[in-house]
Amino acid sequence: MWPRLLRHSAAQFGRGPTHEMPHFPNSELFTLTYGALVTQLCKDYENDEEVNKQLDKMGYNIGVRLIEDFLARSTIGRCQDFRETADVIAKVAFKMYLGITPSVTNWSPAGDEFSLILENNPLADFVELPDNHNTLIYSNLLCGVLRGALEMVQMAVDVKFAQDTLRGDNVTEIRMKFIKRIEENLPAGEE
Amino acid sequence: MADEAPFQFLHSELIQYIYKSADTEDTENGRNISKLENLGCRVGQGLIERLTKDAPRFKDELDIMKFICKDFWTCLFKKQIDNLRTNHQGIYVLQDSQFRLLSHLSAGKQYLDYAPKYLAFTCGLVRGALSNLGLRSVVTAEISDMPACKFQVLIQKM
Repeated sequence: MWPRLLRHSAAQFGRGPTHEMPHFPNSELFTLTYGALVTQLCKDYENDEEVNKQLDKMGYNIGVRLIEDFLARSTIGRCQDFRETADVIAKVAFKMYLGITPSVTNWSPAGDEFSLILENNPLADFVELPDNHNTLIYSNLLCGVLRGALEMVQMAVDVKFAQDTLRGDNVTEIRMKFIKRIEENLPAGEE
Repeated sequence: MADEAPFQFLHSELIQYIYKSADTEDTENGRNISKLENLGCRVGQGLIERLTKDAPRFKDELDIMKFICKDFWTCLFKKQIDNLRTNHQGIYVLQDSQFRLLSHLSAGKQYLDYAPKYLAFTCGLVRGALSNLGLRSVVTAEISDMPACKFQVLIQKM
Protein backbone atom coordinates (compact mmCIF):
# COMPACT_ATOMS: atom_id res chain seq x y z
CA MET A 1 0.00 0.00 0.00
CA TRP A 2 1.45 3.31 -1.02
CA PRO A 3 2.25 5.33 2.08
CA ARG A 4 0.16 8.47 2.39
CA LEU A 5 2.41 11.17 1.10
CA LEU A 6 0.09 13.92 2.05
CA ARG A 7 -1.86 14.30 5.18
CA HIS A 8 -4.31 17.08 4.77
CA SER A 9 -5.16 17.82 8.34
CA ALA A 10 -8.59 19.21 9.04
CA ALA A 11 -8.57 22.93 9.36
CA GLN A 12 -11.02 25.56 10.42
CA PHE A 13 -12.85 27.13 7.58
CA GLY A 14 -15.21 29.98 8.33
CA ARG A 15 -18.10 28.70 10.36
CA GLY A 16 -21.10 30.24 8.78
CA PRO A 17 -24.70 29.73 9.92
CA THR A 18 -25.79 26.25 9.00
CA HIS A 19 -28.41 27.24 6.45
CA GLU A 20 -25.86 29.15 4.42
CA MET A 21 -22.93 27.61 2.62
CA PRO A 22 -19.60 29.07 3.63
CA HIS A 23 -17.89 31.01 0.91
CA PHE A 24 -15.45 28.46 -0.33
CA PRO A 25 -12.52 29.59 -2.40
CA ASN A 26 -11.63 27.15 -5.13
CA SER A 27 -7.95 27.44 -4.39
CA GLU A 28 -8.70 24.23 -2.54
CA LEU A 29 -9.29 22.53 -5.86
CA PHE A 30 -5.90 23.69 -7.06
CA THR A 31 -4.12 22.78 -3.82
CA LEU A 32 -5.63 19.30 -3.63
CA THR A 33 -5.06 18.64 -7.34
CA TYR A 34 -1.44 19.68 -6.96
CA GLY A 35 -1.12 17.29 -4.04
CA ALA A 36 -2.58 14.48 -6.10
CA LEU A 37 -0.11 15.27 -8.87
CA VAL A 38 2.90 15.19 -6.57
CA THR A 39 1.71 11.92 -5.07
CA GLN A 40 1.35 10.45 -8.56
CA LEU A 41 4.84 11.59 -9.51
CA CYS A 42 6.29 10.05 -6.37
CA LYS A 43 4.61 6.82 -7.36
CA ASP A 44 5.94 6.99 -10.93
CA TYR A 45 9.52 7.99 -10.21
CA GLU A 46 12.17 6.24 -8.16
CA ASN A 47 13.52 9.19 -6.32
CA ASP A 48 12.85 12.74 -5.22
CA GLU A 49 15.34 14.23 -7.65
CA GLU A 50 13.37 12.89 -10.60
CA VAL A 51 10.13 14.18 -9.14
CA ASN A 52 11.70 17.60 -8.65
CA LYS A 53 12.79 17.61 -12.28
CA GLN A 54 9.34 16.60 -13.52
CA LEU A 55 7.70 19.30 -11.44
CA ASP A 56 10.09 21.86 -12.84
CA LYS A 57 9.40 20.71 -16.40
CA MET A 58 5.66 20.75 -15.93
CA GLY A 59 5.91 24.15 -14.34
CA TYR A 60 7.89 25.36 -17.31
CA ASN A 61 5.18 24.12 -19.70
CA ILE A 62 2.58 25.96 -17.65
CA GLY A 63 4.69 29.11 -17.39
CA VAL A 64 5.15 29.56 -21.11
CA ARG A 65 1.37 29.65 -21.51
CA LEU A 66 0.49 31.38 -18.27
CA ILE A 67 2.47 34.44 -19.28
CA GLU A 68 0.04 35.13 -22.13
CA ASP A 69 -2.88 34.93 -19.74
CA PHE A 70 -1.05 37.24 -17.39
CA LEU A 71 -0.16 39.83 -20.01
CA ALA A 72 -3.70 39.79 -21.35
CA ARG A 73 -5.28 40.34 -17.96
CA SER A 74 -2.88 42.56 -16.12
CA THR A 75 -2.24 45.42 -18.59
CA ILE A 76 1.30 45.63 -17.29
CA GLY A 77 3.66 47.13 -19.82
CA ARG A 78 7.22 46.10 -20.42
CA CYS A 79 9.34 46.14 -17.27
CA GLN A 80 12.27 48.52 -17.35
CA ASP A 81 14.60 46.44 -15.25
CA PHE A 82 14.87 43.39 -13.06
CA ARG A 83 13.71 45.28 -9.99
CA GLU A 84 10.49 46.18 -11.68
CA THR A 85 10.12 42.59 -12.83
CA ALA A 86 10.48 41.43 -9.24
CA ASP A 87 7.76 43.79 -8.07
CA VAL A 88 5.39 42.75 -10.81
CA ILE A 89 5.95 39.09 -10.02
CA ALA A 90 5.34 39.56 -6.31
CA LYS A 91 2.62 42.18 -6.26
CA VAL A 92 0.68 41.43 -9.42
CA ALA A 93 1.29 37.88 -10.61
CA PHE A 94 1.38 36.06 -7.29
CA LYS A 95 -1.57 38.09 -6.10
CA MET A 96 -3.58 37.38 -9.20
CA TYR A 97 -2.97 33.66 -9.35
CA LEU A 98 -2.34 32.54 -5.82
CA GLY A 99 -3.85 35.30 -3.75
CA ILE A 100 -0.64 36.01 -1.86
CA THR A 101 1.93 38.80 -2.03
CA PRO A 102 5.41 37.55 -1.25
CA SER A 103 7.94 40.15 -0.17
CA VAL A 104 10.91 40.96 -2.36
CA THR A 105 14.17 41.08 -0.41
CA ASN A 106 17.84 40.13 -0.28
CA TRP A 107 18.90 41.87 -3.44
CA SER A 108 22.41 41.07 -4.58
CA PRO A 109 24.74 44.09 -4.89
CA ALA A 110 24.70 43.74 -8.68
CA GLY A 111 20.89 43.83 -8.66
CA ASP A 112 20.65 40.56 -10.55
CA GLU A 113 19.40 38.32 -7.80
CA PHE A 114 16.61 38.57 -5.21
CA SER A 115 14.44 36.51 -2.93
CA LEU A 116 10.70 36.10 -2.74
CA ILE A 117 9.64 35.35 0.80
CA LEU A 118 6.34 33.56 1.10
CA GLU A 119 4.78 33.66 4.54
CA ASN A 120 2.40 30.99 3.47
CA ASN A 121 2.40 28.79 0.41
CA PRO A 122 -1.01 27.86 -0.99
CA LEU A 123 0.39 24.85 -2.86
CA ALA A 124 1.46 23.31 0.40
CA ASP A 125 -1.55 24.05 2.57
CA PHE A 126 -2.07 21.28 5.11
CA VAL A 127 0.69 19.16 3.59
CA GLU A 128 3.23 17.28 5.63
CA LEU A 129 6.14 15.47 4.04
CA PRO A 130 6.82 11.99 5.33
CA ASP A 131 10.37 11.20 6.43
CA ASN A 132 11.39 9.29 3.34
CA HIS A 133 10.98 12.34 1.09
CA ASN A 134 13.30 14.86 2.61
CA THR A 135 14.89 15.92 -0.66
CA LEU A 136 11.55 16.51 -2.34
CA ILE A 137 11.02 20.11 -3.34
CA TYR A 138 7.30 19.92 -3.04
CA SER A 139 6.47 23.22 -4.71
CA ASN A 140 9.06 22.97 -7.44
CA LEU A 141 6.36 23.56 -10.03
CA LEU A 142 6.54 27.23 -9.11
CA CYS A 143 10.19 27.46 -10.12
CA GLY A 144 9.39 26.06 -13.54
CA VAL A 145 6.43 28.39 -13.96
CA LEU A 146 8.54 31.46 -13.20
CA ARG A 147 11.34 30.31 -15.46
CA GLY A 148 9.03 29.51 -18.37
CA ALA A 149 7.02 32.68 -18.06
CA LEU A 150 10.09 34.92 -17.96
CA GLU A 151 11.69 33.12 -20.86
CA MET A 152 8.71 34.18 -22.96
CA VAL A 153 9.50 37.78 -22.15
CA GLN A 154 13.12 37.38 -23.13
CA MET A 155 14.65 36.79 -19.71
CA ALA A 156 16.68 33.72 -18.85
CA VAL A 157 16.51 33.21 -15.10
CA ASP A 158 17.51 30.63 -12.60
CA VAL A 159 14.89 29.93 -9.94
CA LYS A 160 15.20 27.73 -6.91
CA PHE A 161 13.87 27.24 -3.43
CA ALA A 162 16.30 28.46 -0.80
CA GLN A 163 14.05 27.71 2.17
CA ASP A 164 10.89 25.69 2.55
CA THR A 165 8.54 25.54 5.52
CA LEU A 166 7.74 21.96 4.55
CA ARG A 167 11.36 21.07 5.26
CA GLY A 168 11.34 22.79 8.61
CA ASP A 169 12.43 26.31 7.69
CA ASN A 170 10.61 29.31 9.11
CA VAL A 171 9.66 30.74 5.78
CA THR A 172 9.52 29.67 2.20
CA GLU A 173 12.08 31.51 0.12
CA ILE A 174 12.43 31.42 -3.64
CA ARG A 175 15.68 32.75 -5.01
CA MET A 176 15.64 34.25 -8.51
CA LYS A 177 18.73 35.08 -10.49
CA PHE A 178 18.88 36.91 -13.78
CA ILE A 179 21.15 35.07 -16.20
CA LYS A 180 20.82 36.97 -19.44
CA ARG A 181 18.54 38.59 -21.93
CA ILE A 182 17.28 36.24 -24.62
CA GLU A 183 17.32 37.55 -28.15
CA GLU A 184 13.92 37.28 -29.81
CA ASN A 185 13.36 34.58 -32.45
CA LEU A 186 15.61 32.02 -30.81
CA PRO A 187 13.78 28.74 -30.18
CA ALA A 188 12.66 28.13 -26.61
CA GLY A 189 14.91 25.83 -24.58
CA GLU A 190 12.73 22.81 -23.91
CA GLU A 191 10.03 20.82 -25.59
CA MET B 1 -11.63 34.77 -4.53
CA ALA B 2 -9.18 32.34 -6.02
CA ASP B 3 -8.39 32.50 -9.70
CA GLU B 4 -9.49 29.75 -12.06
CA ALA B 5 -6.43 29.86 -14.28
CA PRO B 6 -3.97 27.97 -12.06
CA PHE B 7 -6.26 24.96 -11.82
CA GLN B 8 -7.06 24.98 -15.52
CA PHE B 9 -3.41 25.11 -16.50
CA LEU B 10 -2.51 22.46 -13.95
CA HIS B 11 -5.34 20.25 -15.18
CA SER B 12 -4.15 20.50 -18.79
CA GLU B 13 -0.59 19.74 -17.78
CA LEU B 14 -1.74 16.80 -15.68
CA ILE B 15 -3.48 15.34 -18.73
CA GLN B 16 -0.34 15.85 -20.84
CA TYR B 17 1.74 14.14 -18.20
CA ILE B 18 -0.52 11.11 -17.88
CA TYR B 19 -0.66 10.66 -21.64
CA LYS B 20 3.01 11.31 -22.25
CA SER B 21 4.13 8.75 -19.72
CA ALA B 22 2.02 6.08 -21.40
CA ASP B 23 3.77 3.87 -23.89
CA THR B 24 1.39 3.71 -26.78
CA GLU B 25 -1.51 5.85 -27.85
CA ASP B 26 -4.42 3.49 -28.37
CA THR B 27 -4.12 0.66 -25.89
CA GLU B 28 -3.28 3.00 -23.07
CA ASN B 29 -6.16 5.37 -23.57
CA GLY B 30 -8.57 3.54 -21.27
CA ARG B 31 -5.89 3.24 -18.62
CA ASN B 32 -5.06 6.92 -18.86
CA ILE B 33 -8.69 7.89 -18.54
CA SER B 34 -8.87 5.71 -15.42
CA LYS B 35 -5.76 7.26 -13.96
CA LEU B 36 -7.15 10.73 -14.43
CA GLU B 37 -10.49 9.66 -13.03
CA ASN B 38 -8.85 8.17 -9.96
CA LEU B 39 -6.83 11.30 -9.34
CA GLY B 40 -10.03 13.30 -9.58
CA CYS B 41 -11.68 10.92 -7.14
CA ARG B 42 -9.06 11.51 -4.46
CA VAL B 43 -9.37 15.24 -4.88
CA GLY B 44 -13.17 15.10 -4.86
CA GLN B 45 -13.14 13.23 -1.56
CA GLY B 46 -10.89 15.81 0.03
CA LEU B 47 -12.86 18.72 -1.30
CA ILE B 48 -16.27 17.49 -0.25
CA GLU B 49 -15.03 16.75 3.24
CA ARG B 50 -14.02 20.34 3.70
CA LEU B 51 -16.99 21.79 1.93
CA THR B 52 -19.55 19.94 4.01
CA LYS B 53 -17.83 20.14 7.36
CA ASP B 54 -20.44 22.45 8.83
CA ALA B 55 -23.31 21.73 6.52
CA PRO B 56 -26.53 20.20 7.83
CA ARG B 57 -27.34 16.58 7.10
CA PHE B 58 -28.71 15.77 3.67
CA LYS B 59 -32.33 14.67 3.54
CA ASP B 60 -31.97 12.14 0.74
CA GLU B 61 -30.16 11.19 -2.42
CA LEU B 62 -31.78 13.93 -4.47
CA ASP B 63 -30.74 16.48 -1.88
CA ILE B 64 -27.16 15.30 -2.26
CA MET B 65 -27.31 15.52 -6.05
CA LYS B 66 -28.69 19.04 -5.85
CA PHE B 67 -25.80 19.96 -3.59
CA ILE B 68 -23.37 18.58 -6.13
CA CYS B 69 -25.06 20.59 -8.86
CA LYS B 70 -25.14 23.84 -6.93
CA ASP B 71 -22.59 24.19 -4.16
CA PHE B 72 -20.01 21.67 -5.27
CA TRP B 73 -20.06 22.78 -8.91
CA THR B 74 -19.81 26.41 -7.81
CA CYS B 75 -16.83 25.57 -5.65
CA LEU B 76 -15.17 23.89 -8.61
CA PHE B 77 -16.15 26.05 -11.54
CA LYS B 78 -17.79 29.18 -10.17
CA LYS B 79 -21.08 28.27 -11.76
CA GLN B 80 -23.84 25.78 -11.18
CA ILE B 81 -24.90 22.83 -13.25
CA ASP B 82 -27.40 24.15 -15.76
CA ASN B 83 -29.78 21.24 -15.85
CA LEU B 84 -30.37 18.20 -13.66
CA ARG B 85 -32.51 15.30 -14.79
CA THR B 86 -33.28 12.05 -13.04
CA ASN B 87 -35.36 8.97 -13.49
CA HIS B 88 -35.81 8.83 -9.69
CA GLN B 89 -34.28 5.39 -9.81
CA GLY B 90 -30.65 6.25 -9.29
CA ILE B 91 -29.70 7.77 -12.64
CA TYR B 92 -28.93 11.45 -12.85
CA VAL B 93 -27.84 13.52 -15.80
CA LEU B 94 -26.05 16.76 -15.04
CA GLN B 95 -25.73 19.18 -17.87
CA ASP B 96 -23.19 21.95 -17.99
CA SER B 97 -23.72 24.09 -21.04
CA GLN B 98 -20.43 25.94 -20.69
CA PHE B 99 -18.03 23.47 -19.17
CA ARG B 100 -15.06 25.50 -18.02
CA LEU B 101 -12.45 22.91 -18.75
CA LEU B 102 -13.51 22.70 -22.39
CA SER B 103 -13.72 26.39 -23.03
CA HIS B 104 -10.17 26.62 -24.29
CA LEU B 105 -10.82 23.99 -26.95
CA SER B 106 -12.51 25.43 -29.97
CA ALA B 107 -16.05 24.46 -30.80
CA GLY B 108 -15.22 22.49 -33.91
CA LYS B 109 -15.83 18.78 -34.31
CA GLN B 110 -12.13 18.03 -34.65
CA TYR B 111 -11.59 18.23 -30.92
CA LEU B 112 -14.29 15.74 -30.03
CA ASP B 113 -11.67 12.98 -29.87
CA TYR B 114 -9.54 14.84 -27.40
CA ALA B 115 -12.33 16.12 -25.28
CA PRO B 116 -12.96 12.95 -23.20
CA LYS B 117 -9.54 13.45 -21.62
CA TYR B 118 -10.77 16.74 -20.31
CA LEU B 119 -13.77 15.19 -18.64
CA ALA B 120 -12.17 12.27 -16.85
CA PHE B 121 -10.78 14.17 -13.89
CA THR B 122 -14.09 15.89 -13.27
CA CYS B 123 -15.96 12.58 -13.41
CA GLY B 124 -13.61 11.49 -10.67
CA LEU B 125 -14.30 14.64 -8.68
CA VAL B 126 -18.00 13.82 -8.68
CA ARG B 127 -17.49 10.16 -7.86
CA GLY B 128 -15.12 11.02 -5.02
CA ALA B 129 -17.48 13.62 -3.61
CA LEU B 130 -20.42 11.23 -3.70
CA SER B 131 -18.45 8.43 -2.11
CA ASN B 132 -17.64 10.58 0.90
CA LEU B 133 -21.30 11.44 1.16
CA GLY B 134 -22.15 7.77 1.36
CA LEU B 135 -23.10 7.13 -2.26
CA ARG B 136 -21.30 4.69 -4.50
CA SER B 137 -21.53 5.64 -8.13
CA VAL B 138 -20.29 5.33 -11.64
CA VAL B 139 -19.79 8.66 -13.35
CA THR B 140 -19.33 9.07 -17.06
CA ALA B 141 -19.47 12.06 -19.32
CA GLU B 142 -20.15 12.87 -22.89
CA ILE B 143 -19.96 15.94 -24.99
CA SER B 144 -23.04 16.92 -26.84
CA ASP B 145 -22.02 20.21 -28.35
CA MET B 146 -18.80 21.87 -27.39
CA PRO B 147 -18.48 23.33 -24.80
CA ALA B 148 -21.63 21.74 -23.40
CA CYS B 149 -21.36 18.36 -21.78
CA LYS B 150 -23.39 15.91 -19.75
CA PHE B 151 -22.26 13.98 -16.72
CA GLN B 152 -24.15 10.81 -16.08
CA VAL B 153 -24.26 9.55 -12.52
CA LEU B 154 -25.41 6.06 -11.80
CA ILE B 155 -25.92 5.49 -8.08
CA GLN B 156 -25.12 1.95 -7.09
CA LYS B 157 -26.92 0.11 -4.36
CA MET B 158 -24.52 -0.60 -1.51
